[in-house]
Amino acid sequence: MSAPERNGGHDAWLDALADGEGYALVCPDGHGSLPPRRVCPECGADSLTAEPLAETGTVETRSVVHVAGPRFAADTPYVTAIADFGPVRLTGIVRGIDPAADAVAVGDRLTATVEERGGDGDSLVAFRPADDE
Amino acid sequence: MTDVRVAGVGLTQFGRHPDRTGRDLFATAALRAFEDAGVPREDVDELNYGNFMGALAEHQGHQAPLMAEAAGVNCPSTRYEEACASAGVAVREAVRTVRSGEADVVLAGGMERMTNLPTEEVTEGLAIAADDLFEVRAGVTFPGAYALMTTAYFDRYGGSRRDLAHVAAKNHANAVPNEYAQYREAVSVEEALDAPPVAEPLHLYDACPITDGASALVIVSAEYAADNDVDAPVAVTGTGQGTDRMALADREFLARTPAAADAAAAAYADADIGPADVDVAEVHDCFTIAEVLAVEALGFADHGEGIGAARDGLTTADGDLPVNLSGGLKAKGHPVGATGGSQIAELTRLLRGDHPNSERVADAEVGVAHNAGGTVASAVVHVLEVAE
Repeated sequence: MSAPERNGGHDAWLDALADGEGYALVCPDGHGSLPPRRVCPECGADSLTAEPLAETGTVETRSVVHVAGPRFAADTPYVTAIADFGPVRLTGIVRGIDPAADAVAVGDRLTATVEERGGDGDSLVAFRPADDE
Repeated sequence: MTDVRVAGVGLTQFGRHPDRTGRDLFATAALRAFEDAGVPREDVDELNYGNFMGALAEHQGHQAPLMAEAAGVNCPSTRYEEACASAGVAVREAVRTVRSGEADVVLAGGMERMTNLPTEEVTEGLAIAADDLFEVRAGVTFPGAYALMTTAYFDRYGGSRRDLAHVAAKNHANAVPNEYAQYREAVSVEEALDAPPVAEPLHLYDACPITDGASALVIVSAEYAADNDVDAPVAVTGTGQGTDRMALADREFLARTPAAADAAAAAYADADIGPADVDVAEVHDCFTIAEVLAVEALGFADHGEGIGAARDGLTTADGDLPVNLSGGLKAKGHPVGATGGSQIAELTRLLRGDHPNSERVADAEVGVAHNAGGTVASAVVHVLEVAE
């Protein structure tokens, strides 16, 4: 893990998510956002504290991607989803399922972690079906 | 405040021009706009030029002075970039500049060159209009993002792929007589349904094509037109712009486009009209669902009702409010950085009566153009009216 930091704040967030310690930045009014942030994007408050993500997220929408750019060609077809993890929603690729249109539905519960992209091994936010489903 | 007129419009053929440089495409559109306007080049005070991915497609940044040369004008020139709304904001700034009295004549428009790249690279290029850290790195493509919005819409309001296929069939039908359109063949609802998937629930005919092309408009003050005997019967009476959070996941609504609603409210207030006054619209249908969301944001249908607008005939060529008589991005094509200008060009032709589909809206007085950037993190709306 000696790779140079590329995106300050974001890299550390990904590392935390990979360690099972994913978090969101939350302002005094309860608006959640993801780093790097200096102010709340909703209200401009500059006092942001890290709060843990919910252990599982609920799928709000999903798609099955069949045509992707070169960096994701090795992964197609794949399912992307946006899931609600409490203070924030996360966007990621759903792994551990058959990438078919009915494999993931709105309301399904997922866990979030960090896995490698197929083509080049770069990090990405990955979802997996929650065990309790 | 100075009244603003569209004195002339110019478009290239939209489609595949893999061997034509961007500068040649824009020069063609500008030449046609000057011919249409009857305005001499030396009267141009400023060039406002829209372009999105020229650095990727042609390894060319700093395009505005290059395009000033190509158009044969020598004046301050600025490139505007707002993803697929690049030309929309270029036109908007032309309107604001003329209104302010800073300029009498502005050449506004845009260009995009895309088909010289392989599809995979275009897909990756378009994706940079999304949030790189939190969307693109999570595998979100441009069609994939709109597919996420589609699933959210179906879940929230209902609707089906068949409803979306009606949007595709409508816009392909509208493009058949349009000499500038990339695809001039009719597509049936069944053909659209049977096409292969791109990002489910969206399939091939839900998506606009990859297009090369350019647009140019000669925007003038009403005083300039009168003083110089320039025939400019169409006025830009309203302009508005809106912004939303960049990433879909950060937005309050996954199945609404409040940036477009904000832009529409501002443009309507500017023009002192409401959605009921609109006779014809060109909207940003980069995907079929995008037209549905646009129709709702512009106030032509309630939330959840826009999905049926094409199916039920509200927005078809013989409907009460024809939408995308040009064929839209869907069938006319979507050279990203040129699209916002081409919408104003087509609306101007429709209102002037010299568009192949003008007879469909022979009595139209008020038109609206809706141009969106990315997944509508940006939106620009213009109101055009027949002034004389």
